[in-house]
Amino acid sequence: MTVVKGRTKGLTDTRLTYCPGCLHGVAHRIIGESMEELGIIEKTIGIAPVGCSVFAYNFFNCDVIQVPHGRAPAVATGMRRARPDRIVFTYQGDGDLAAIGTAETIHAANRNENITMFFVNNATYGMTGGQMAPTTLPNMKATTAPYGRDIEDTGYPMRLCEILSQLEMTNYIERVSLLSPKDILKAKKAVKKALQYNMEGKGLSFVEMISTCPTNWGMDPLKAREWARESMLPVFPLGVFKDRAADEAKAKEAK
Amino acid sequence: MATIRILCAGFGGQGALLIGKLVAEAGMAEGKHVTWLPSYGPEMRGGTANVMVVVSDKPVGSPIFSKLDVLVALNQPSLDKFAPDTKDGGIIITNSDLCGEPANADKVKLSPVPLTKIAEEIGNVKAANMVGVGALLALTNCVARKSVEDYLSGMMKEKNPALLDTNLLAIEKGAAYVA
Amino acid sequence: MGKKVLMKGNEAVAEAAILAGCRHYFAYPITPQSELIEYMAKKMPLVGGTFLQAESEVAAINMVLGAAACGVRVMTSSSSPGISLKQEGISYIAASRLPAVIVNVSRGGPGLGNIAPMQCDYFQATRGGGHGDYYTPVLSPSTVQEFADMAPLAFEIAERYLTPVLILGDGMLGQMMEPVEFPDSYPPQLDPSSWALGARRTPDDRHIINSLFIDPYVLKEKTEILFEVYDEIKKNEIRYETYNMDSNAKTLVVAHGTAARVAKSAVDALKEEGVEVALIRPITLWPYPYDAVAEAAKGKDKVITIELNMGQMVEDVKLAVCGECPVDFIGKAGGVVFTPEEIVSLIREKIS
Repeated sequence: MTVVKGRTKGLTDTRLTYCPGCLHGVAHRIIGESMEELGIIEKTIGIAPVGCSVFAYNFFNCDVIQVPHGRAPAVATGMRRARPDRIVFTYQGDGDLAAIGTAETIHAANRNENITMFFVNNATYGMTGGQMAPTTLPNMKATTAPYGRDIEDTGYPMRLCEILSQLEMTNYIERVSLLSPKDILKAKKAVKKALQYNMEGKGLSFVEMISTCPTNWGMDPLKAREWARESMLPVFPLGVFKDRAADEAKAKEAK
Repeated sequence: MATIRILCAGFGGQGALLIGKLVAEAGMAEGKHVTWLPSYGPEMRGGTANVMVVVSDKPVGSPIFSKLDVLVALNQPSLDKFAPDTKDGGIIITNSDLCGEPANADKVKLSPVPLTKIAEEIGNVKAANMVGVGALLALTNCVARKSVEDYLSGMMKEKNPALLDTNLLAIEKGAAYVA
Repeated sequence: MGKKVLMKGNEAVAEAAILAGCRHYFAYPITPQSELIEYMAKKMPLVGGTFLQAESEVAAINMVLGAAACGVRVMTSSSSPGISLKQEGISYIAASRLPAVIVNVSRGGPGLGNIAPMQCDYFQATRGGGHGDYYTPVLSPSTVQEFADMAPLAFEIAERYLTPVLILGDGMLGQMMEPVEFPDSYPPQLDPSSWALGARRTPDDRHIINSLFIDPYVLKEKTEILFEVYDEIKKNEIRYETYNMDSNAKTLVVAHGTAARVAKSAVDALKEEGVEVALIRPITLWPYPYDAVAEAAKGKDKVITIELNMGQMVEDVKLAVCGECPVDFIGKAGGVVFTPEEIVSLIREKIS
């Protein structure tokens, strides 16, 4: 028997602990595949956040550290400064990256640290049970916003790609989604490009992945994807927000 | 000399801390035990900046003391604040251009020196603190004048020989004034 | 040994850390440790090291966590309010079994307090400080020389036992200048390649650093292992100094750090007056020299603890003395440092 397509070596042979229909598995796979294709599994250090993906150290087949809630960009900074010859990435959810870790996120980005940040946005706190996140949509219900998010009271969903692309030095910022096979292929390209920039020492690469949480949203996986497409994408438009390295290369060519 | 406790005080920028540093550096070079403890924080801006220096033959316990053997007061507020802490029989050196007499003048050895005027005479008013160093060394023998001069030479001979000469002259004038 | 130089404690501990091979330093400005961060900012680039001013104390300690996880000698420093912010990270570093050095140039508290020297972080320092069942070894210097010597010692202890180590100075030790000598050689770093991230030796040698143990039985086991390490530290690393112990003193003074310096001068002054007082100075505050304090208290009429706070270490002294004789306390809050004369009269009062 010939194996045409097997499990990527970028992931361990461990059963994922995510809920059925969760897209973390997809996000993990495209990162694992990218590491394998780039040949960097053994020289990569991943950083697992606090949140559903806290167990990511069991799944990524690179070295991994699990760190305090929201502090992954600071930890990544320390690592990359200690080992500039290694590839360092963070894997964070919306509560981790955009609420408790906002300062670490913005300042690591502002220093254009040579790290890659993977940001999985599903507009909710998954692990703790569906509380309101900084990315929760207007009027969307959460266990801590039982009447729906009132933006007059708790603010509008934070758009991290837009915020970070305002910072002068950041290198590469793209928002993708994991909602369909076509989207996943696009997401994979972004993930790989982000890691490639990291290898080339181009500075911060940031890939936000629009995802779902069927469990806490109370939907089946397909309905969740449909809902995300209808409700999340208008608030979080997909696209490349910044690609400084590519722009510079283009400018050079034009000369 | 077993242990000598010196407090130098003045407005920020008058160089009181440097007087203390020269004594501490010279004391260390002579193999003595020294501590140099500045006042820091809000007091550094306005008010008085002061430094406590201890030079001793034995290891220095507390770098803080409540009774001074010697006070170098570069301005009136410093004199007002620290003169009462000076031991009976202790030495108070004042910048007589800016200070009057302390209330305990009769209980201490008071040495008013026109630090500012002497510094002006040698052409650099900023060297007033160095005139004070000269007076301090001549009156107390806390460290040898040569140790201070050696330290200054080591620091400035290459970088600023002209200023070194001014400083050495200021020290000499200060020492001569109290002789 | 090299030549003696006159240095501030803040600068001396920074220089000693660099000489000891520390090439990574992350911190946030706060008085009265500013000379330390500024010294590092100046010197680290000259030795090819990393100096980074973090966006917060929280970020700084997590940068330390990241660098420590990669197996390099790394240090941070701050003063009391900043150390409070670092406690989250220190707990993770302790739980993750990583070596790192933290310097607290402590100041007056609680709250924003002030910038005067105080010893009011004793509880925080010696009881773990952050959340969870852990301790950090705590070194308390009382001279600028000792402050400097503790940098390499802290790295040694940190690496030997894989633990964060705290040097607890104060604003006075940080700001004062004293002669310092730096040794010609320093203990080499222990090889971290068996546990460090980015040190993969074979394709299967995947390293994970983690402090999450969701199964209570696993966390129980991990914590017990941690406490076996603490037992080793207690066995090997307790340090203290005694002074005037050979006299026929009937009174024992216990003080550490800056307070011990002032107390020593008071002991000398009392001796001149014909009053003998013995002194013991804990150098490691955790592990605490309980046995040594108990031994020193034997046959004494009174034990007096002297601290620059309202009474923290005195609880450890009471634990050590265990009711064998009365334990009294002399303290001062607010960052007002005792003079030896004050201590002399207070001791006289206590023993009359």
